[in-house]
Amino acid sequence: MDQLLEQFFNIDLMIQAWPIIWRGLGMTLLLCLAVIPLGLAGGLLVALASLSRRRWLRWTTAVYVDFFRAIPPLVLLIFIHSGLPFAGIRMDPFTAVCLSFLLNNSAYYGEIYRAGIESIGAGQTMAARSTGLTPLQTMVHVVLPQAVRNVLPDLLSNTVEVVKLTSLASVVALPELLYAADMARSVTYNASPIVMAAGIYLLLLWPVIRLLSRYEHRLGS
Amino acid sequence: MTSWQRFLDTFFNWPVIQQYLPAIGKGFLVTCEIAILVVVCGIALGLTLAVIRAYRIRPVNALIIVFVDMLRALPPLVLILMLYFGLPNIGVDFTGFTTVWLVLTLVLAAFAEEIFWAGMLAVDPGQWSAARSTGLSHSQTLIWVILPQAVRMTIPPLTNRTIAITKNTALGMVVGVGEILNEATTAQAFSGNASPLTAGAVAYLLLFVPVVYLGRRIEKRFAWKKA
Repeated sequence: MDQLLEQFFNIDLMIQAWPIIWRGLGMTLLLCLAVIPLGLAGGLLVALASLSRRRWLRWTTAVYVDFFRAIPPLVLLIFIHSGLPFAGIRMDPFTAVCLSFLLNNSAYYGEIYRAGIESIGAGQTMAARSTGLTPLQTMVHVVLPQAVRNVLPDLLSNTVEVVKLTSLASVVALPELLYAADMARSVTYNASPIVMAAGIYLLLLWPVIRLLSRYEHRLGS
Repeated sequence: MTSWQRFLDTFFNWPVIQQYLPAIGKGFLVTCEIAILVVVCGIALGLTLAVIRAYRIRPVNALIIVFVDMLRALPPLVLILMLYFGLPNIGVDFTGFTTVWLVLTLVLAAFAEEIFWAGMLAVDPGQWSAARSTGLSHSQTLIWVILPQAVRMTIPPLTNRTIAITKNTALGMVVGVGEILNEATTAQAFSGNASPLTAGAVAYLLLFVPVVYLGRRIEKRFAWKKA
């Protein structure tokens, strides 16, 4: 038992590792601020394209979405980070993470928006159009606000997944929370810094998950 | 050499791919092995937890909720690194394979429990009363009346979640499991050519595109009907 505490909950080591982990947390938050808006915006474009009247655009989008749903995000990240330099395309880890997350997340967010837009009856569009709104105005002022409200829990739940996914950036040596914790772990030969990082992820995400699970259960009953 | 040729030579170099195909094939089998073990064990454990939760024993349910919440909030890679590097120091030596299998199984179990539980709550409470009044016991009602309806409703969200979690087998690379990504990056380092990575990506597509496609079909067939 003592050994377990010593190995996983060593307070002294945690205090020592705090400065580096604090900086890592800053990087994780910065990464979230970049990849979440990118994913939300990219996803909206994907959703609009998947509902286009042009058949070729719908097909291309379907292939895009299935492709990025089938490729593990880590494979994509490694490909961009260590495959593309062979073709002379080099980018720093931060950009590589942003690009791979944009590709991956826009597919997931896109499917959610699409379900939301499809949940709004076609009558709404016709009514809005007949009042003289353009298709764009109809989408922005009538359909989207209702669509987003309908799928808000799904958007939130996917955002939790995106925040968790930022931990993959540690694999390409971007000094975010997990990378910082793992550095401290490899110097101290002790897992406590990683336990500390886990604690921070819990602190950030647990409230959101409680909220989501309440919402899901309310839907059920 | 034109730039098109250079592009082909960098990413689709057939001799290089051929040389490393056996290794990537071996990785493919390892990925399949972990994936199948995770799906079977994770869903079985998740269903078991949901069934236990239906007995509404307060302390037990509190434990289940804490377990589920923690595994939904923690990134799988954090858990994998924590167990892989922490456990040996307290005398538990898990291989990378076991660690990845264990972590992904627990994560899938947590998500599956939530989905099954939401499905069970979605079955009209009147069904409980009706079944009990015909003389079925609590357990019989659960098994023969509630679960068949609940499980049917949960199939689309469960399929999506299962695919997303199974893709995390690629995390095995970080702890030295010889799965597709690990074999592909090793081959890339040895050959100084990006083609093995392309081959690895294709291997993942071969594995997951059919599953994603099947998921879409299932989603259409079993579309979640609000009870």
